[in-house]
Amino acid sequence: MRERLQNLDPLSVVLWLLRAAILGAVLWGTVATILNNPYSAENWLDFLVFGVAQGSLYALIALGYTLVYGVLFMINFAHGEFFMSGIFTATVFVAIPLSETAFWDSHPVLSLLVVALVAMATSVGIAVLTERVAYRPLRHAPRLVPLITAIGASFFWQYFFRGLYGSGITAFPPVEMLKGSLIVGGLEILWTQVVVIVASVLLLIGLYIFVMRTKTGKAMRAVAEDKQVAALMGIDVDRVIVITFATGAALAGAAGLLYALLFRQVHFFMGFFPGIKAFTAAVLGGIGSVPGAALGGLFLGMFESIGPSLFLEGLGIPAAYQLKDVIAFTMLVLVLIVRPQGILGERLAEKKA
Amino acid sequence: MGTQTRLDWGATVRLGLLAGVVALSLSLIGMVERFSERDIIGGVFSLGQVFLFGAAIGGGYLAARRSAGEELGRVLLGGLALGLISSLPLILLLVAGGLTDAEGGILLRRFLINVSPGLLKLLAFGQGQIAGSLILAAVTGVLGLVGAGVYLLPPRLGRPLLVGLISVFLIGLLSEIIILAWGNRGIGLIIRRFMFAARGLLVPGACLVFLVAAGSNVAWSGQQERVEQRLSTLGPEQQQRLRRGMIALGVLLLLVLPFILRTYLSEVIDNIGLYILMGLGLNIVVGFAGLLDLGYVAFFAIGAYAMGVLTSHSDLGVGGLSFWAALPFAVLAAVAAGIILGIPVLRMRGDYLAIVTLGFGEIIRILALSDFLAPYIGGAQGILLIPKARILGFEFVRPESLYYVILLACLLAVFVSWRLRDSRLGRQWMAMREDEDVAEAMGINLVKTKLLAFAIGAGFSGLSGAIFASKLSSIFPHSFQLLVSINVLCLIIVGGIGSLPGAMVGALILVGLPELLREFAEYRFMMYGALLIVMMLVRPEGFWPSAIHKRELHMEEPEALAHLAAGQTG
Repeated sequence: MRERLQNLDPLSVVLWLLRAAILGAVLWGTVATILNNPYSAENWLDFLVFGVAQGSLYALIALGYTLVYGVLFMINFAHGEFFMSGIFTATVFVAIPLSETAFWDSHPVLSLLVVALVAMATSVGIAVLTERVAYRPLRHAPRLVPLITAIGASFFWQYFFRGLYGSGITAFPPVEMLKGSLIVGGLEILWTQVVVIVASVLLLIGLYIFVMRTKTGKAMRAVAEDKQVAALMGIDVDRVIVITFATGAALAGAAGLLYALLFRQVHFFMGFFPGIKAFTAAVLGGIGSVPGAALGGLFLGMFESIGPSLFLEGLGIPAAYQLKDVIAFTMLVLVLIVRPQGILGERLAEKKA
Repeated sequence: MGTQTRLDWGATVRLGLLAGVVALSLSLIGMVERFSERDIIGGVFSLGQVFLFGAAIGGGYLAARRSAGEELGRVLLGGLALGLISSLPLILLLVAGGLTDAEGGILLRRFLINVSPGLLKLLAFGQGQIAGSLILAAVTGVLGLVGAGVYLLPPRLGRPLLVGLISVFLIGLLSEIIILAWGNRGIGLIIRRFMFAARGLLVPGACLVFLVAAGSNVAWSGQQERVEQRLSTLGPEQQQRLRRGMIALGVLLLLVLPFILRTYLSEVIDNIGLYILMGLGLNIVVGFAGLLDLGYVAFFAIGAYAMGVLTSHSDLGVGGLSFWAALPFAVLAAVAAGIILGIPVLRMRGDYLAIVTLGFGEIIRILALSDFLAPYIGGAQGILLIPKARILGFEFVRPESLYYVILLACLLAVFVSWRLRDSRLGRQWMAMREDEDVAEAMGINLVKTKLLAFAIGAGFSGLSGAIFASKLSSIFPHSFQLLVSINVLCLIIVGGIGSLPGAMVGALILVGLPELLREFAEYRFMMYGALLIVMMLVRPEGFWPSAIHKRELHMEEPEALAHLAAGQTG
């Protein structure tokens, strides 16, 4: 014990104090809110369900970060733009023209499926192109270089699609079938939220099977473990890396449709913050781990949805919902300080980062 | 041999289609039409056409380079074929653009907002669909041929040609500004009548610029050796005197710059100066210490808000200080923020650091915008009535006078950066940038070294923010977006990471150009993004690299070894 105390450097003390302060503030705020009790139980459940829906979106996007990070140890900053490009294109070219015909209302499932396919295909196309042009030639460059090209790619695609489809907010056509809500034991859940949650769970399970059970998934895991040895075993590393990007982008494309259903709008900037938050989710769950990304996404979504009302209002902060994003970013910093390996991950933040 | 030729054709087709798709994309996102209003040679040739046809010329050049060593005819044929092929995507657009919807509008425009009648007219050279397509194909074909021809030119001819064309391009591009600044009085008016149209250069003016630039290039390449020889025969004392003379000239130029530039350009230079200040600060953090900070705008915001709160005459102002009295506090606030934000990220490296600092930047902006802090810093309404700097009753209101405040700050920042770079601390930073573990093993205190980098970098940014606040007299949270950080990062990367002149060159290009050409505003960040990628691929050391960085980035280990071996045997 004494030895441990002697080894304590001032930095650790400061970081411990920081943790204690934030934890204290959160506890204080929570207790204050609970004592005041401004919300009913129903309100809290609503927050929770919204958080789960939002969180499952984060989880889907976070998988893209986790997969790529697992293979290349690189933060694919442009991943949020893969997410945006797919659904933006599918909305402009498929959803809106279709919604002007009778087909949209008579065959809603088929229509949404087509929209999903176009969105996923576009996202995959953009991802493969980005990997080919901006990442592959720099695979052996110093670490910061691909990160810088990724930032470049992110802004390039944002403003490219802004040029293509315009800078305004485009409304996603409403789906008649998904209006109204499901009532489970007195709890009202919007149908869109149900669809988002169910679809996300199915996609997550699908991905897990893909990575764990198929040969390609095995190759991906092998490349993540050691690229050189994997190449010696006859695995085409370049191909596996492209497939990894494509898989992540396909999930992002699907997430794009779910986002559009949930928020009923698309615009060129829609990928940026969900992207960064999904990265936070990936770190939270343990970057490189597929179940971790799912868990992290869910956790972040709920935290963001409940947090402002639960502990910020208790601290006497007006209009606490404005600070939703602050919670997400603070959480990222906290996770990286307290437990860089995340909930389910191996310790990467210091060693490989 | 036969397969060889066929393979080459395949590459030509692919390259041609690629060039065509690039031209198509630029058309679809509206760049071609938007920039077609920016004439380079009035009524003849616009920037839009450069974007539209640049791909064909570049493709022709690349195709020629690829087939270097083949017979002349075949190389030229390749260029021609490439140019023709590159027109295919554009012709497709012309055809698709001809489709109309029920109301008679362009069908495609319902999806792609920039497919306008103006664009289609531009593509078809004002002709009908078929004639337009043919002309378009012919033009791109010829331009592909020209591109291939440029590659075949010997450098003695090629270089003056290139210099001449670039000069015409730049002067034509900036003609509006040139006229605005100098073309209204005296000799300027006479020159303007001869050289400039309402927009862009006149044909005789363009010819004159081309001849002067190309001619001086030829003359210089003839004299270069002799001049350099004479310089090297000068004694050390004379050389020093020469250097001092140059420096004195430079200082004099800096001092009289606002009088040359007049109000509008002074305003531009002021903005550039503020970015140079930030660039120099970020250069310390990213370039010297290797810590990629994407939340750099936070310190700019803190400096600006500190200045605002301390000096404002509105209800939000608390200090009622003057600009000069508040300046040190603003810088100190930024430095303190740098240290406070630096502590939690001390143990993070590389990409994690980048994302976390980005988060910090956003937290600061969101807090500034929130109702939570609105009673103190104004929320979305911002802080108004911030006084200007003032010395002995003279108020720095006009951009020309504010220039001197900014110049002073920049000189200070350059001096500090320059001295720091060669100091013990600077060497510690660079050691840390290369390898943290080794640096720590060598006895470098990482905590202190990193925090100093964050603090000093933040200080520069805070200084810039403080001047910014007083320059605008009012500040709003939306001035402190993430895009500012990206802008600063981009300019030091383009200029050269870790290089002091690089930060200035970068700011001049990346901040100056969009300020001068309004059309750029919409595409500014797309171009920055592309520029970041291209720079990393082609010239990672930047336009004006620091010596060390250049060596590092261009030598991977095996290469470096080969280099050493070659050095030893030769």
